Amino acid sequence: MQLTGADIVVKSLEKEGVEFVFGYPGGAALHIYDAFHRQNEVEHILVRHEQGATHAADGYARSTGKPGVVLVTSGPGITNAVTGIATAYMDSIPMVVLSGQVMKPLIGYDAFQEIDAVGISRPCVKHNFLIQDVEEIAETIKKAFHIATTGRPGPVLVDIPKDITAQVAEFLYPESVEMRSYPEPATAQPSEIVTAVEAMLNAKRPVVYTGGGVVLAHAQEGLRDMVKTLGFPCTNTLMGLGAYPHDDPQFIGMLGMHGTYEANMTMFESDLIIALGARFDDRITGTLDNFAPNAKVIHVDIDPSVIDKNIKADIPIVADVKEVINAFNAELGRRREDINPSLIANWWEKIRAWQGLDSFWYEKSDTIIKPQFVVEKLHEVTGGEAYVTSDVGQHQMFAAQFYGFSDTHKWINSGGLGTMGFGLPSALGVKIAHRDADVACITGEGSIQMCIQELATCKQYDLPVKVINLNNRYLGMVRQWQEFSYEKRYSNSYMDSLPDFVALAEAYGHVGMQIDKPGDVEGALREAFAMKDRLVFMDFITDQQENVYPMIESGKGHSEMRMRPGSASLAE
Amino acid sequence: MRHIISVLLENESGALSRVSGLFSARGYNIESLTVAPTNDPTLSRMTIVTTGDERRIDQIEKQLNKLVDVAALKDITRGGHLEREIVLAKVIVTSAQKAELETIVKAFNGSLITVSDTQCIVEMSGSSEKVDELLKSLASLTIIELARSGVTGLSSDESSLTA
Ligand SMILES: Cc1ncc(C[n+]2csc(CCOP(=O)(O)OP(=O)(O)O)c2C)c(N)n1
Repeated sequence: MQLTGADIVVKSLEKEGVEFVFGYPGGAALHIYDAFHRQNEVEHILVRHEQGATHAADGYARSTGKPGVVLVTSGPGITNAVTGIATAYMDSIPMVVLSGQVMKPLIGYDAFQEIDAVGISRPCVKHNFLIQDVEEIAETIKKAFHIATTGRPGPVLVDIPKDITAQVAEFLYPESVEMRSYPEPATAQPSEIVTAVEAMLNAKRPVVYTGGGVVLAHAQEGLRDMVKTLGFPCTNTLMGLGAYPHDDPQFIGMLGMHGTYEANMTMFESDLIIALGARFDDRITGTLDNFAPNAKVIHVDIDPSVIDKNIKADIPIVADVKEVINAFNAELGRRREDINPSLIANWWEKIRAWQGLDSFWYEKSDTIIKPQFVVEKLHEVTGGEAYVTSDVGQHQMFAAQFYGFSDTHKWINSGGLGTMGFGLPSALGVKIAHRDADVACITGEGSIQMCIQELATCKQYDLPVKVINLNNRYLGMVRQWQEFSYEKRYSNSYMDSLPDFVALAEAYGHVGMQIDKPGDVEGALREAFAMKDRLVFMDFITDQQENVYPMIESGKGHSEMRMRPGSASLAE
Repeated sequence: MRHIISVLLENESGALSRVSGLFSARGYNIESLTVAPTNDPTLSRMTIVTTGDERRIDQIEKQLNKLVDVAALKDITRGGHLEREIVLAKVIVTSAQKAELETIVKAFNGSLITVSDTQCIVEMSGSSEKVDELLKSLASLTIIELARSGVTGLSSDESSLTA
C-alpha cells in the first residue's frame, strides 16, 4: 500500500494499538495532522500546551501500563514538551514523542521554528531518532515503541522533517525489530536466586524495600505473596506506593525524606535490605555516610547501571523484577520448612515500638482545615479506590502519606523530576483511560497554575476529574525549607494575587467550590464526587503554617528524622 | 586510575554526541576521545581515555552500555593492550640544531618533514608516555604548533571486540 509519510505515521500508531495521541499542531506537523483528519482509528486529544500533552500521555501510561503518545510541532512545540519528556524519563515511563521538524533541506539554516530536537532532548530520552527518509518511518516508529516499552522503560523521541511526511512510500509495518546494540534484558541465574533466598532465610532484621520498578513490572501480586511467605516488613518508595497494601500489618509505610519513622529506622537497623525495582536515590537514603551500617543488600533491577551506583550491592540481580520475585517465590516454596518466624520476632517488636510513635501524627483542628485531613477524607469518600495524581510540594507528600493506596498504577506523581504542573494534565490522561473511575488531582495553588489551561481540555473531551486544591497561599514546600533552614526568611514563597479559583473554574465551564471550614470538608467532597459528569474544582483554604513531618533534613540520615513538635517520643 | 575504553558504536548520526553528552552530563573525565569507522562500515570504533576509581569506571561502562547506539565495549586496560597516539609538532630549527633534532627523532622512531628553511614537523607514533618523552626531549626548541591524535588501542591478546 502506497501512503504518504504522514499517513504512515498515523497507520504505524494504529498498528501499535495506540488509542490516543496527545498533541498540539503547528506548521511542521500539519501533514501529520491532515492524516489524522482522514481516519478514525487513533483519536487525537488537543491539549492547551505541549507540556500538558506530555503529562497527559504520561498519566495515561502510568495508569494503564501502555506507552503514552505525544505529537508536537517543531521549535517551540518540542521545547515546550521537554519538561514533560524529562518528567517521564526520570520516572522511567514508556512514552513515544513524535515531533515535526522543518523540511530536510532547511535543517541547519536556522529556518523558522527550527530547533535541534534530537540534541535538546538527548539528555532526557532513552533514545531518539531523526528520520532521514520516508522509507524509514514505519521501522523507526516500531523501534521507538520497542525501546520505550522494554527493559527499563522511558521516553523515545522521533523527529520527522515536514517534507518527508509528504513523500510517498510503500507501507509495511514490521512485526518485530532487531537491534544488535539493544539486546534483550538479562535474566537471573538460578544460583543468584538460591543465594538471595538463603540470605533471606538467615536474616534477623530484614526489610523489603520496593520502588517504581515493581509497579512498572506489574509485580505486585508476587511481591505480596513473597512478603507474606517470609513474614518480613515491607516499605515502598514514593514511586512504589500501592505495591503493598497500605493497611496490611506488614506494611511499615513509605520510606525516605518524608516517610514514616518506622520505615526509615527499619532500614537503618536492618541486617538485610531486599531492594526490588528501586534505586536508592538521595531522597530515599538521606546521607550515605551512615546508611544502614549493618545491612547486607540484595538489589534487583532490570537496569544494571543502578546497581552499585549509590549503594554497593552484596547480591546484585539484574533482571526483570517480576521474574525474579516469581523465582524467589518458587524457591521459597521449596524451602518452606526453613522459614523461621521466631528469627524475626524481636525485630517485629522493635518495629512495633517505632510504629507506636505515630510519626504522621498531626494536630486536628475544628477551625482551620488541615491538608492531611482533606486527604484522609478523600480516601474515605472514594473508598481508597480513586486514581490520585498530584503536583509537587507539601500537598504531594500529604497525598502520599495520607491517602492509603492498595493498588499499583493509582498513585501518579512526578517523583524523580518533581515537576510542578504535572497534576492536572496527568489526571486528564488517567481519566481518558479510566472513564468510569474516580480521578482526583491533589494540588496546590502554586502548582495548579503551571498547567491550569488544561481545564479547557477537560471541558472539550468531557473529562470530569476532581481537583483538590490544598490552598495554603504559600509555595508551601519552599516556605517549609525557608522556615527550617533560612530562619523564616520567606523569600518569594508567598503566592500573592491568587485568582478566584471558583470563578476561574466556572469560566472554564466547570463547577467551582471553596471550602474553608473543617466541618464542610467531607460534605463538599461527597457532593463533588456525586457529580459524576462534572469537573469540580475544590479550593480548600488550608492551614498556612502546616509542615510536612517527619523529615530527614539535608545531610542527615535515616536515624536522624526530625519529628513534628509535640508528637510522642520513644519511651526506651 | 587511567583506563582506556574501546567502544563499538553504531555508525549513526548523533552517536558521538550521545557519548560525549553522557560524559559531560555525569561529570566523567575524558582525557582523550578518538573515533573512526571500522572495516564494518556500519560500526565506528571509539577509544576513550578516562580516569576514576573502580566504582566510577564501572558506572561509566554501565552508562555507556545503556546507550542504544553502543554495540559493545571493553576496558582494554584490564588486560594486555597496545596503545598508540600520533603526534605532529611544528618546530623552529636553526641549521645548527637540525642534526641534533634528527638524532632525537630517530631515537623515537619518528620522522621529520621539512616545511621551510627554519621550520619542520616532527612526526611520531607511540604510547602517550612515549609522546610525552619525545616532547620533553624537544624542550630546547620552540614548538609553534602541536597536534596529538589522542589514544587509540587494541587488546594485545587473541580476544576481539565484536558487535
Ligand atoms: C516546575 C517547578 N518549579 C519549581 C519547583 C520547586 N518547588 C518545589 S515545591 C514548590 C512549591 C509548591 O507550591 P504549591 O504547589 O502551592 O504546593 P504546596 O507546597 O504549598 O503544597 C516549588 C516552587 C518545582 N518542583 N517545579
